[in-house]
Amino acid sequence: MTEGRPRSFYVLAIFFAAYVLFLYGPMIAIYVLSFQGPQGGLTFPMNGVSTFWIAKLFKGTGIVDLGAAFRRSLLLGIIVMIVTVVLSVAAGMAFRRKFKAQSILFYSAIASLIVPSIITSLGISLEFRIIDDLIKAHWNENFETSMGLLTSGLGAHLTWTLPFGLLIMFAIFNRFDPRLEEAARDLGATPWQTFRHVVLPIILPSVIGIGLFGFTLSWDELARSSQAIGAVNTLPLDLQGLTTTVTNPDIYALGTVISAVSFTVIALALGTIAMLNKRQAAKGSDAGQGLV
Amino acid sequence: MDTSENILQQASPDLVRGSDTARAAKAARWSPSFISWLQAGPMMLVFLAFFLIPLVFVVIVSFWDYNEYQLLPAFSGRGYTDTFEGCIAQLPDLCTIGRTYVMTLKLCFMVWAITLFIGFWVAYFLAFHVKSKTWQMGLSLLCTIPFWTSNVIRMIAWIPLLGRNGLVNSGLIKTGLINHPIEWLLFSEFSVVLALVHLFTFFMVVPIFNSMIRIDKSLIEAAYDAGATGFQTLVNVIIPLAKPGIVIGSIFVITIVMGDFITIGVMGGQQIAAAGKIIETRVNALQFPAAAANAVILLIITFLIITMMSRIVDIKKEL
Repeated sequence: MTEGRPRSFYVLAIFFAAYVLFLYGPMIAIYVLSFQGPQGGLTFPMNGVSTFWIAKLFKGTGIVDLGAAFRRSLLLGIIVMIVTVVLSVAAGMAFRRKFKAQSILFYSAIASLIVPSIITSLGISLEFRIIDDLIKAHWNENFETSMGLLTSGLGAHLTWTLPFGLLIMFAIFNRFDPRLEEAARDLGATPWQTFRHVVLPIILPSVIGIGLFGFTLSWDELARSSQAIGAVNTLPLDLQGLTTTVTNPDIYALGTVISAVSFTVIALALGTIAMLNKRQAAKGSDAGQGLV
Repeated sequence: MDTSENILQQASPDLVRGSDTARAAKAARWSPSFISWLQAGPMMLVFLAFFLIPLVFVVIVSFWDYNEYQLLPAFSGRGYTDTFEGCIAQLPDLCTIGRTYVMTLKLCFMVWAITLFIGFWVAYFLAFHVKSKTWQMGLSLLCTIPFWTSNVIRMIAWIPLLGRNGLVNSGLIKTGLINHPIEWLLFSEFSVVLALVHLFTFFMVVPIFNSMIRIDKSLIEAAYDAGATGFQTLVNVIIPLAKPGIVIGSIFVITIVMGDFITIGVMGGQQIAAAGKIIETRVNALQFPAAAANAVILLIITFLIITMMSRIVDIKKEL
């Protein structure tokens, strides 16, 4: 509007910086504290610097069977990620045409996102309990339970990740130029070829974004898992259990390790997205540049 | 240009899409609506199996009977009568469930007001003051990354700062402002609200930013040219146009806080009663019908709030 920055810019820039500090400050505090010396406690000041607590975690002499929980969470996260990507891309494609039940699916996704997690979790646990009772009554008296990491647990996580995947697909196709597909079709491509060679390469960076949401949301999920995961715990559930009992930096070390996985996945995903975007900019066709 | 495109569009479905007739026949056999079902069906099935049917079970089980250790599939209103026990007898004092909901709504309102204030100005800064696209992307990412990390860790992270011997207390004692550590910093309503704001302002920033970025900048120029002050532009142009984002963000934050039991549990030192926590407590006591009855009540109240808010804006149009 006018040359130079208005005063409101500086006020809001400071506000924004304060918000970012508010977001990251506490997290950084526990990452630092997980390197406490062996005698260190739960708060500052640091009592020496060491990797004592992190090493203790990996030795398994600490609090819970971490290795197993770690592997379970990783397995579930990867499966949730793959299912979320595949189902979201497929459903996103469907939404580009009108079809019956379109609004039922849309409102289911929105409702799944905003109905309080504890209710969804309770519902899934009731559902599986009733299924168990039916199996016990009619088929097999010795049946234990159908609840588990990859049945009720997987379902519970998907009710949280799929709405995000679908909304990201909406955002992608809002910006997508359908003429590119028309062109492919006019050149004789089958629907599958059009998707594989035209649509998918263009939306791939955002699809990786869906994968990122799928994995990280599952990796950190707590509220929906709480009632629906069955007998075994995921890593966040173990961590939550520790909040009430632990009085030494074990818990920070665990937090740091969990976060390290999150940050690795975030960095990998963002790096891949940046690389794909760069490649698209360099090697992309001149479609849409003129000659219409 | 338009007409040629239309002609192409009309013509293209009739073009032979492959050389061999078999493929053409296959394409003809798979009607568009069948393909849509194939594409959207799997997601629909997941929501059916793990969201819609479970919700139905919650409602059904809320009318079942129970004893100390098991569900009894016979109609009973006990889940509800147990929940509202003493509510009439104790009048005019509030019964447990009444007090719990007052507490939950109070937390909800505080968190909503604070996240709205912070979220609005953060989104405003990103949308209107950051001019370069690269910076806008980078700063938005900076706000998003914590959302991809663990909520529990972000709660625990407050302990070294707010605890009895935490940074805030020791800092205040050192500067001589206080003599004894402040007790209400951690495991209190204060820390619950702080943690909820910390965790969920993101849900406010994204939709508001999304609305603001779509505002045509020339409208703001026009307001300035017509002599509006910055404040008038804000109130009469920007806020009305950002309203859809504000409403969507508010729905997110309110529903999250209404159903929250983890943040309130961890940050409240398991001492604060809230709507979500009652459900958890009942489940832990294996009183599933009572848990389900509480879930139904929570669902109804949440639904009422959303209906009220979505009167203001058509959600589907905004996404």
